[in-house]
Amino acid sequence: MLALSDLQKQLLNDFQRDFPLTPRPYETIAAQLGVSEKDVLSALEALHQAQCISRIGAVIPPNKIGVSTLAAMSVPDDALVRVAMQINQYAEVNHNYEREHAVNLWFVLIAKDAAHLDCVIALIENETGYRVLRFPLVKEFFIDLSFRLDLTHDR
Amino acid sequence: MIDEKDYQLLAQIADGLPLCSHPYAVIGKKIGLSEAQIIERLTMLQKNGNIKRLGVIVKHATLGYRANAMVVWRIPEENVEIVAQAMLQFSFVTLCYQRPMLPEWPYNLYCMIHGKNKETVQCQLAQLIEVCGLAVVDKQILFSSRCFKQRGAVYTANGTKK
Repeated sequence: MLALSDLQKQLLNDFQRDFPLTPRPYETIAAQLGVSEKDVLSALEALHQAQCISRIGAVIPPNKIGVSTLAAMSVPDDALVRVAMQINQYAEVNHNYEREHAVNLWFVLIAKDAAHLDCVIALIENETGYRVLRFPLVKEFFIDLSFRLDLTHDR
Repeated sequence: MIDEKDYQLLAQIADGLPLCSHPYAVIGKKIGLSEAQIIERLTMLQKNGNIKRLGVIVKHATLGYRANAMVVWRIPEENVEIVAQAMLQFSFVTLCYQRPMLPEWPYNLYCMIHGKNKETVQCQLAQLIEVCGLAVVDKQILFSSRCFKQRGAVYTANGTKK
């Protein structure tokens, strides 16, 4: 387990949004934190290696670009990994989780339009042999605000 | 409106910005745009709400937030808004969505609770139920166990396999 440096904690908590749109964004962050660009890059590299961050990236609201849906399947335990890997192969799938429930595989699909989404779901159902339940967003009350991490306690 | 180049740009950053001095220039090179054009497009995508946020995307599980529960509730349509707003007073509720009920899944309000462990999440849920008056509401609690995939959105042709 990575022991987090102060710099890494700052990077995790203070840069979840408003990432600098400057030619050298890591240098911009470094200047704010009083360190070098190289320090920022190596801290982020270490966080990435340790799986503390998934990426420096963009969060896209559902259905603003293209069409998305939450989807779920009930898959027997002994087939779950196989089915999860089959689903993961589709570029349209960006999240895929096992949850402790009879409806145990939950994933998010994003497609250019409704026809594309239907097509991918049909392909997944055909390939896996399990039915896909669809739960498209009706209304968002709160979405993906950066989450203040308490990084002080024991893991 | 977003154009083909915007789609290409979003696809390029789906796995993350490169960790180098000029990440926007690196991305621009791949899709035939300059560094300044990439910055301009990302600025516009954010301004128009096509990008909700740009920044560090953390993996809660590795950072000690091992437990997360998706809790789904069956709430009468006319009360959904009020209940959702009541839930959002709690900082541990990180997401809250309304979704359609299905005959085999008669739940319409979804919330996500993150905590350091299962016990914490269960305590938080008990608090949520008490304060929001949800004791008699039908619900399902789904703790996550394995993450098979977590990445940004990609836009492709139909049914493209990676």
